[in-house]
Amino acid sequence: MKTPRVSSWMAAVVASSLFLAGCSAGASDSGEQAKKDSMTIAFTAEPVNLDFTSTSGIAIPEALMENVYESLVRVDGEGEIQPGLAEDWDVSEDRKTYTFHLQKGVKFSNGAGLTSEDVKFSYERVHNDWKNALKSKMDVVDSIETPDDLTVKISLKKPSNTWLFNMSSLVGAVFDTEGTDDLANEAIGTGPFAIEKFSRGQSIDFAARDDYWGEKPAVSKVQFKYFKDAVSASNALKSGEIDVVSNLQAPELAGEFQSSDYQIISGTTNGEVVLSMNNAKGIFKDKKAREAVMHAIDRKAVLDTAWAGYGELIGSMVPPTDPYYEDLTKVWDYDPAKAKDLVREAGIEGETFAFTVPNLPYAKAISEIVSAQLAEVGLKADIETQEFPAVWLDKTFTEHKFDMSVINHAEPRDILTVFSNDYYIGYDDSKTKKIAEKADTGTEEEYVSGMKEIAKTITEDAASDFLFLFPNLVIAKAEVAGIPANRVSDSFRIADLSWN
Amino acid sequence: MITYVANRAIQFVLALIVASVVVFALMSILPGNAAQVALGTNATPDAVAALEAQYGLDQPPVIRYFNWVVGMLSGDFGTSYVTGAAITPVIVGSVQVTAILVIAAIILAIVIAVPLGTFAALEQRNWIGVTISALSQIGIAVPNFLAAIILVIIFSLTLGWFPSQGWMAPVEGFGGFLIRLVLPVVSLALVQAAILTRYVRSAVLDVMREDYIRTARAKGLTRTKALFVHGLRNAAIPVITVAGVQLATLLVGAVIIEQIFVIPGIGSELVRAVANRDLVTVQGIVMVLVFLVLIINLIVDVLYPIVDPRIRNAS
Repeated sequence: MKTPRVSSWMAAVVASSLFLAGCSAGASDSGEQAKKDSMTIAFTAEPVNLDFTSTSGIAIPEALMENVYESLVRVDGEGEIQPGLAEDWDVSEDRKTYTFHLQKGVKFSNGAGLTSEDVKFSYERVHNDWKNALKSKMDVVDSIETPDDLTVKISLKKPSNTWLFNMSSLVGAVFDTEGTDDLANEAIGTGPFAIEKFSRGQSIDFAARDDYWGEKPAVSKVQFKYFKDAVSASNALKSGEIDVVSNLQAPELAGEFQSSDYQIISGTTNGEVVLSMNNAKGIFKDKKAREAVMHAIDRKAVLDTAWAGYGELIGSMVPPTDPYYEDLTKVWDYDPAKAKDLVREAGIEGETFAFTVPNLPYAKAISEIVSAQLAEVGLKADIETQEFPAVWLDKTFTEHKFDMSVINHAEPRDILTVFSNDYYIGYDDSKTKKIAEKADTGTEEEYVSGMKEIAKTITEDAASDFLFLFPNLVIAKAEVAGIPANRVSDSFRIADLSWN
Repeated sequence: MITYVANRAIQFVLALIVASVVVFALMSILPGNAAQVALGTNATPDAVAALEAQYGLDQPPVIRYFNWVVGMLSGDFGTSYVTGAAITPVIVGSVQVTAILVIAAIILAIVIAVPLGTFAALEQRNWIGVTISALSQIGIAVPNFLAAIILVIIFSLTLGWFPSQGWMAPVEGFGGFLIRLVLPVVSLALVQAAILTRYVRSAVLDVMREDYIRTARAKGLTRTKALFVHGLRNAAIPVITVAGVQLATLLVGAVIIEQIFVIPGIGSELVRAVANRDLVTVQGIVMVLVFLVLIINLIVDVLYPIVDPRIRNAS
């Protein structure tokens, strides 16, 4: 009785394994054919929905800005402002009024044409309806007028050098007056791509639009696929299931791709990895104590150990792609002997301090080598790993219960936000605030020189230790072209991608 | 039999109520403010307070608890703070995925373990039995994520037979669905099969020492035949218990495998919700998991009297 049943079961197993083997062969064949017109890119941070007007974080604008939504202006890979939906613009004599001339023939993905009314609607909406805290970037706007269908006149309360740059970020996104009913699930924009399918937590499928006003993208189907685990993403690239890993979160894996089949791109980002110190209270309220830290840390060794040497030493809160960048890496040299003296002078020898570390790969790696280096000069770190974002935001960021922490401040041009009085670091901004005010309302030259002064002041005050600039580490198949090397804006532009 | 099942059902409901209170209380004392997380690092305290009011987080916990329970009873798990979307479809979708994964894994584990364990018991004194025992010991020692990594390296990166990650719903393409299912299911099943093999082996060994087997042998049955005709059903009780526990463990334990293979199951959903402080979603998912674990236990309890007339008659 038993024997025939077992053998029929065995036959089923054999049959199904043959079937599966057939499938795998078939799958890879069809994959080769479809390749030239489609591309799959791995990302880490996944959008929880499609609405950046109410949800903060990098994931949503990364996928949607410049691809689905467009602004009047955009920023190119060198950090320069370029025309977007605005063909060009005039600035008034007092630099308070900007007149934008819109591109002709622009259509939203729902078929509606772009008019100045859409722009006015979108920008007034930022102030009235947005929940994302970044909406404050539009606070300087006083009024918006629409003299005709293709002209938008925006008046500012005071001249602002940062405003036009900020317009290239998500606050500048232009929505259709009829297209904001279900932003969480439906994105209607003017961009080169429309969303074909959004599988939350898994992937977003983009399809190139035939009725796009600008140059048509070379690749018509692009998929963003979200991987929590860097090893899974790199395996998927090795087995050919994906074509690009957009920002490798485990730089030690990059070595496995050093062959002619792949390209490794290490560009810049806006992310300054900051070893933040609590300037307002505790052991690091004393400037001497902070100076000791600045001298105690070998930033090159931190970069090499924690992030496999990918990244750039910056010495200030400014990435090289910003107009007011200045190399300040020499301000604080690595000098453990001096650090020891400073520790003694500050009277904190052998003292323990609270080092709160978000549970992110780079932060954990950094915390270990940093505490080792600080121990050398007589400072003991009491490391507390905090879940990111929730616990870190609660304890360190909101309640300021920390002496030292480490985090990648990824927003573009965020020096004034991070080093303001009420931010978690508690930097005394009495000096810098006045300079900032003058710089923002001054001419462009005054802006650049003012911001340089601010960056230098903050670094010289030893407000925090700027460990390195987080790299944009992209691994891709060798045939992929048009990958944006530097990440200067909050978007990952896919329109320029192509196959060689 | 009816009183037995009714008793188990009452226990089931009571456990569910207690669990809901515990889950809700735990979520309430967890550090991390949902409104703060949603608004990010640039939020003003005013904006956070306003969003708290909108979410109803400013209401007393008792009222929030009852609203939540009443909603769940009508199949509505509420709306996520983070995604702004209804939670019920998310849970239903991801539970299906995990259920497919876990049930396939446990079936595979049983299919491997029952013959192997039986064989190991029957051949316990020669090299085959010893080898099976040793292999199962190794299997228990290997965590499933390591098995997954090894399987991916061999069958995906080296041989190229299966994709290294991904998920496809059966309706999108059955071949694609099956081929993506193989490595995660095998990774999950290997460890469970190893554990189950040992239980099957010891259950069979116990049974083989029973008087009725000796009687059957005395009637002229071979050892194997005596086991198949009289023994296996008796050996089934401990095996069912363990398989039930394993199934419950896998429901939550599949989370690492889901992460490695990028599978949108309930475990991935739970990890995501916890990280985002999406408390309503966390509460909903945990309740569903508790419900499923209790249901599995209930089913196992109900299976006992069906398999074993002694339990049936005793109750």
